[in-house]
Amino acid sequence: MSNLIEVRGLTKSYQKARGMFSRHTVLALSNVSFSLAAGQTLAIVGETGSGKSTLAKLLVGIEQPDSGEILLAGQQLNCADYQKTNHLIRYIFQDAARSLDPNQKIANILHDVLRYSTVLSFEQRERKIADTLKLLGLLNEHGNYYPHMFSGGQLQRVALARALILDPKILILDEALTALDPSLRAQIVNLLLELQQKTDLAYLLITNQLRLVRHIADQTLVLHKGISLDYGDTSAVFENPQHEYSRKLMKSIEY
Amino acid sequence: MQLLDIRNLTLELSTPDGMIRAVDRVNLSLKEGEVRGLVGESGSGKSLIAKAIMGVLHERWKVSADRFNWCGQDLLRLPYHEQRRIISRDIAMIYQEPSRSMDPTSPIGEQLAEAIPDHLLEGSWWQRGYYRKKRAIALLHKVGIRDHAAVLNSYPYQLSEGVCQKIMIAMAIAKSPKLLIADEPTTALESTTQAQLFRLLASFNQLKGTSILLISHELETVARNTDTLSVLYCGQLVEAGDTATLLKHPLHPYTHALIKSVPEFQPDLGFKQQLYALHGSIPTLQHLPIGCRLGPRCPNARKECVKTPLFERQQNHYFSCHFPLSGKTNE
Repeated sequence: MSNLIEVRGLTKSYQKARGMFSRHTVLALSNVSFSLAAGQTLAIVGETGSGKSTLAKLLVGIEQPDSGEILLAGQQLNCADYQKTNHLIRYIFQDAARSLDPNQKIANILHDVLRYSTVLSFEQRERKIADTLKLLGLLNEHGNYYPHMFSGGQLQRVALARALILDPKILILDEALTALDPSLRAQIVNLLLELQQKTDLAYLLITNQLRLVRHIADQTLVLHKGISLDYGDTSAVFENPQHEYSRKLMKSIEY
Repeated sequence: MQLLDIRNLTLELSTPDGMIRAVDRVNLSLKEGEVRGLVGESGSGKSLIAKAIMGVLHERWKVSADRFNWCGQDLLRLPYHEQRRIISRDIAMIYQEPSRSMDPTSPIGEQLAEAIPDHLLEGSWWQRGYYRKKRAIALLHKVGIRDHAAVLNSYPYQLSEGVCQKIMIAMAIAKSPKLLIADEPTTALESTTQAQLFRLLASFNQLKGTSILLISHELETVARNTDTLSVLYCGQLVEAGDTATLLKHPLHPYTHALIKSVPEFQPDLGFKQQLYALHGSIPTLQHLPIGCRLGPRCPNARKECVKTPLFERQQNHYFSCHFPLSGKTNE
């Protein structure tokens, strides 16, 4: 199977001012490579400060990498080339409640997404919104609701709707499942798995929850201080981690 | 000895729409040296119960209980000052989000020194300052912070969440409490730090016989670290008992669903297979169903479920359901 996204030697560092003149450099990501095929899930695990979120930001083009390249279906991806990429790569934030505008109805939020990124007419947009809401198990009337009227699990569905409405190929879930309650989490996980089967979506799962990774991820990448330690099939990484840090990480869910 | 014995604890809040019963007749008991888990989703009243035990609920909450015994004394019937004295002597709590529950304007050293009660310090009053500092350093060492000098002089925002959590624990154990309440101690932490934290709590439990009430929404972490378990749903206690038996033979459909939704407890679950999930979502406190609050979501709800089920007992296993799962007949 051809790779949907391929990342080669991605490096990113930040400059931090220290005192008035001196600066020091923080290496957030150093020489990270991976690839992801359609219908597959790649999990990125690591502690805070390991560069997980930086990686996600680079992929969606919020930040410019220092070196290395991101190939999307064989084509080089440039930073801030939103018109081209935002159809294909969508991002879901950690806290659904805080990532939605509280002043706008759900339908408006979804309309905005379509208006900026597609050339659909109003009626077409309406139809698309209805379809997407239905796909995610929401009702048409939910379009007239404000974000605060939803419960946590439903909000996460709305966030998913906003991401999926452009029919992306890749979905980046940045700790999107962490804050959910267990029974809701199971619902959302089921929904994600179902979507993956139906539409061949690829997921990039950034998380701390190793047990969940084990269940839904095809491949796993362990990041530590910006360096990728272990990368491979999930079962291989979990059963036979190569590095000291990964071993410690895997052990922490067993003890 | 029974340390904490609460019967029919009810917490109500009066709002413009009427009284809201956030916690509905919950029983909770803790023996000396016991580690009890309290599991439930957000909004199920876990933290409210913890705060009620600590006596730090806002005065708008109406707390009532048939019995609220701490070491044989009914706390609710004691005068306010007496109640505060007992609670501050015997119970300590680790709050959610450690970095936010500390004072951002004073260094850790001061905050930690403040938490050490006078009666635990030796020496005369003019030596107190010295001993207090010495004890603060010892406490930090106890929770696994080696670099005490740097930590004592830093402010909470300069430290990572994991270190803040350890300092919270140090503050909590400063008075050698009989009961330690840990409210979601691991949500902010990495999985390697989580393991450390549980080892720390377990060592206090074993070395000093501190009882621990561990509150969390993650069944898998609680199950591994507790002796007994209470499961809450929407302010109702649905099941309580030994952790091992409860996990093996859950009697309440909610506990059953909770266990089945965790991939870890399902060894024969295939890779990428659908997880078991109850349909629907948690009702809000303004629109609670009558009777058993799980009713609308329960897979085997029947007509009788509009009446609140009584708390039944089967050996050491308590549950409140009209139609307990088959585990009942097996035993």
